Amino acid sequence: MLKYILKRLALLVPVIIGVSVLVFLVMHVFTTDPASIILGQHATAEQVEKLREELGLNKPLYVQYFMFMKGVLHGNFGNSLITKTSVTNEILSRFPATIELALVAIIIASIFGILMGILSAVKQNSIVDYISMFVSLIGVSMPIFWLGLMLIVLFSVKLHLLPVSGRITIGMEPIHITGLYLIDSLVSGNMAAFKDSLKHLILPSIALASYSTAIIARMTRSTMLEIIQQDYIRTARAKGLFEKTVILKHALRNALIPITTVIGLQLGSLLGGAVLTETVFSWPGVGSYTIDAILKSDYPVVQGAVMIFATVFVLVNLVVDLLYAYLDPRIKYS
Amino acid sequence: MYADIELNTNVNEKKTRYKLFKNVLNMLIKNKAALIGLIIIFLLIIVALFGKFFMPYDPYVGELSQSLQAPSAAHIFGTDEQGRDILSRIIDGTKISLRVGVTSVAVALSIGTVIGSIAGYYGGKIDMLLMRIMDIILAFPSLLLAIAFMSVLGRGIDKAVIAISIVTIPEYARIVRGCILTVKENEYVQAARVIGNKDRTIIFKHILPNVMSPIIVRATLGISTAILETSSLGFLGLGVQPPLAEWGSMLGAGRGYFYNAPHIVLFPGIAITITVLAFNLFGDGLRDALDPKLRK
Repeated sequence: MLKYILKRLALLVPVIIGVSVLVFLVMHVFTTDPASIILGQHATAEQVEKLREELGLNKPLYVQYFMFMKGVLHGNFGNSLITKTSVTNEILSRFPATIELALVAIIIASIFGILMGILSAVKQNSIVDYISMFVSLIGVSMPIFWLGLMLIVLFSVKLHLLPVSGRITIGMEPIHITGLYLIDSLVSGNMAAFKDSLKHLILPSIALASYSTAIIARMTRSTMLEIIQQDYIRTARAKGLFEKTVILKHALRNALIPITTVIGLQLGSLLGGAVLTETVFSWPGVGSYTIDAILKSDYPVVQGAVMIFATVFVLVNLVVDLLYAYLDPRIKYS
Repeated sequence: MYADIELNTNVNEKKTRYKLFKNVLNMLIKNKAALIGLIIIFLLIIVALFGKFFMPYDPYVGELSQSLQAPSAAHIFGTDEQGRDILSRIIDGTKISLRVGVTSVAVALSIGTVIGSIAGYYGGKIDMLLMRIMDIILAFPSLLLAIAFMSVLGRGIDKAVIAISIVTIPEYARIVRGCILTVKENEYVQAARVIGNKDRTIIFKHILPNVMSPIIVRATLGISTAILETSSLGFLGLGVQPPLAEWGSMLGAGRGYFYNAPHIVLFPGIAITITVLAFNLFGDGLRDALDPKLRK
């Protein structure tokens, strides 16, 4: 197992380097000159050239790339062209909001997706199965941002049950420990903050979880159907075990291996969906920060955010691979 | 003699493909969900091509005095913030969504097929290099990478097509490479090599037509993903720009008004959902019909 882990870690390095090259090329080769953006449209050519020299933009591309990587390795993505603040600090301050949203969404998606998938498989070709799979199909077909808007209309505007936007009511923020408001408020015993942040989390996490719930439900159903046909399940039934024991103890346990992989992969793609959800709900995470930066041509921010998202995505996929190898011993030896 | 062998091989391949096509068609017709998807797609194509005959109003002309009107007999889906008829704009947006969806898949499929074919057929260092490049692109969440590309390419339909195509090329490259790896040592491929066919001819005339099934399924499902990503880019203000009636950008523009006029975001969202659902239903049905285990 250790050899497999080391092998996968070794493969991670060229992928991260490749990601950094792609981000660098896209941001440095295809964009408008940052010096022109900083100085504005009324700047003279001499002023632009002087700033380009100060920023190192007139150096060869490979030198600029090494400067960029040196910064990345020190956790320095430069300063925002608009706010002049450190990109790294801004992203780090917003990251817990995105992580909290993604984690709650994946928990919702996992619980409901697996439940729906098991029900569908056990009641195959019944009305429960058809409804469940139809709902899943709608889930993968419906835009997340549209679902978010519809949830706001129903639960916030019409029924006044839940807040429209934001992460917490101003002034109710809990003491900063992890940056995750649910955990921080529980740890500090601030139940008012816990309830308030939970209320703010419900709609965005449901919207974000919708697509993943559908994917997990479909995967669980097809995996469970394959496993239910196996001989050992027939044997378990023949031994007289309760159906619940057969399904939950024998079938689901083996089905969890591929389902875990899908859940892990969905966590990575949730980061992409978080961009849309954060925009709809004005959620103060990295996603909405990135979109603002793109619309304002603030390239250091876009560069830093894309690099961080991609690195997290790669690391999550690596953890999923290792978990899969741990759960299924056959993988280690392939 | 070699020409006769090649002629017989071609005739046999064509007979097999025709038989497969007939079987697939029969299975699709029996699958009600796939049939519904196909009918919806057909209707969408009709609307896209002949939409101007169905539009009650000009989708780009509105009266400000009629802005944010709720659905009524005069405006079945209501009006938007500029007084334009939403039904007419949704009809006009059909051709934009289908165009971007189909074009981006066509581009990604073409380039992905070439890359996957070269990697799968030749193998070795070429395969390793090409697939590592594909892995790097796949290392990004696809929507995020499309957004990043849009940030540098600028906005507009063509830029959206390019961005969505680039992020989906690796998927097709991997599928094609996988298909080629499974069949490149088959006897008919070796026979084609022996009679002196060039590599290009072997790949495109003999191998690819026999492994099209998973590629076609992926492309069909890819259209639904491309339409979702187009609408996402439009919603964020990055894709198709106003006043063009792209469904996602209609939702994005309507965001500021939906508290008082929820209809402005309801109907474009339903249009996106139905279109994507149709391609998913048809794609799922196609996958089942092309699955050799189910065909038996």
